[in-house]
Amino acid sequence: MITDDQPLLTARGITKMYGRHVGCTDVSFDLFAGEVLAVVGESGSGKSTLLSVLSTRLEPTAGTVCYRMRDGEMRDIYRLNEAERRLLMRTDWGFVHQDAREGLRMGISAGGNVGERLMAIGSRHYGEIRATALDWLGRVEIDLARVDDAPKTFSGGMRQRLQIARNLVTQPRLVYMDEPTGGLDVSVQARLLDLLRGLVADLGLAVVIVTHDLAVARLLSHRIMVMRAGRVIETGLTDQVLDDPREPYTQLLVSSVLQV
Amino acid sequence: MAPRVEIDGVAKSFVMHLQGGKLLPVVGNVSLEVAAGECVVLGGPSGAGKSSILKMIYGNYRVDSGHILVHAADGPVDVASASPREIIRLRKLSLGYVSQFLRAIPRVSALDLIVASAREQGLDEDKAASRARSLLQRLNVPERLWSLPPATFSGGEQQRVNIARGFVADHRVLLLDEPTASLDAVNRAAVVELIFDKKRQGVAMIGIFHDEDVRERVADRIVDVTRFAARAA
Repeated sequence: MITDDQPLLTARGITKMYGRHVGCTDVSFDLFAGEVLAVVGESGSGKSTLLSVLSTRLEPTAGTVCYRMRDGEMRDIYRLNEAERRLLMRTDWGFVHQDAREGLRMGISAGGNVGERLMAIGSRHYGEIRATALDWLGRVEIDLARVDDAPKTFSGGMRQRLQIARNLVTQPRLVYMDEPTGGLDVSVQARLLDLLRGLVADLGLAVVIVTHDLAVARLLSHRIMVMRAGRVIETGLTDQVLDDPREPYTQLLVSSVLQV
Repeated sequence: MAPRVEIDGVAKSFVMHLQGGKLLPVVGNVSLEVAAGECVVLGGPSGAGKSSILKMIYGNYRVDSGHILVHAADGPVDVASASPREIIRLRKLSLGYVSQFLRAIPRVSALDLIVASAREQGLDEDKAASRARSLLQRLNVPERLWSLPPATFSGGEQQRVNIARGFVADHRVLLLDEPTASLDAVNRAAVVELIFDKKRQGVAMIGIFHDEDVRERVADRIVDVTRFAARAA
């Protein structure tokens, strides 16, 4: 799917300070349609701060983030008006949280969770919304008999799959993911990763995924950025960074993975 | 004939930061040309850098100096300096890699795995499926296994699925990293036939084969990589 010559997202000199404390500093990159970028590093490396800045959840201290809108125009996402920004987040972007409770409405039904995003962009026909919701529940392998149950009755893995369905139902072009497999049992993780890999490839999604798990990065991403102490210290093709890490810290990360 | 792969003055060493910055030279001054329809076999003892050279051509390993030009249908790409996007595109359309190890993807059947590899390159569904079936047949993978994910297959069966996946697409350049290791004589012969097919189609190949018999049959030239030995730093 990487055929387009213009980037979908450009980040230039992104810096976020928390008072005197550095969140992330001077991060620049381009992301193209259909491209999966993994941001790896340990806790406190700045990777989650970066994700928040990229997704307009946290205004940067310096730097710009530009996004190519559906009409082809590159816009500075911090200069959009509130209505434009909200439309972007509801339609063309998705955000998958590590904790599904942050991305779902726990008290309403699974079908409602998926349908709500459609209603937010103007769908009104109940039958069509329900049919689309059922289709998406199937695609993320949730038993259709559970459509009227609320996610608070779901297992962790099911909640995460429901969150993914809720995000993808509006056919976004860019999805941010924050440790999407974190906190799940290993067997549940494997199933989720496999599902994500298939969906990302089929839909040609661009993804920025934050993870501390190099195996997740290996399986899902085309490119890797390694962060440490708020800075990007190494970047490149995923298998190149993992097979031939150059920086001392990256070598330490790669050598710390247990081989099974 | 114009070369498909031109390697010029390539050197590679690893800096082992966790061992106090120890410098590990791998190869120096690798220069090599491979023409369309030619199969060049890398020779030399284990540890001489044969696999490393293949990994540099594929872009898994970075190089310290030199150029690695791969001539794709729409022009040359220097893997030594190309961007990740250019390398991904090159791998998808023009440059294949066949190793003896299958990186299995859970829940995807053997047949679908091979079809996906052909589809990536733009082949239509029917053509991809018929090619995949014919390759599995030629490589003697029992038909009852085709619809199953290869994770539970024997080592030899997984290896043959991987070979089918590498040969199904129309890459202009193929890197073969011991594809016949630990195969029996019948299947070794099947792989040799596949290599001859690729030669007839004008594919340029660079390979490592420990099996002397296979090497003699497929090699147009054998290049001893000890001549690229890195001078000790």
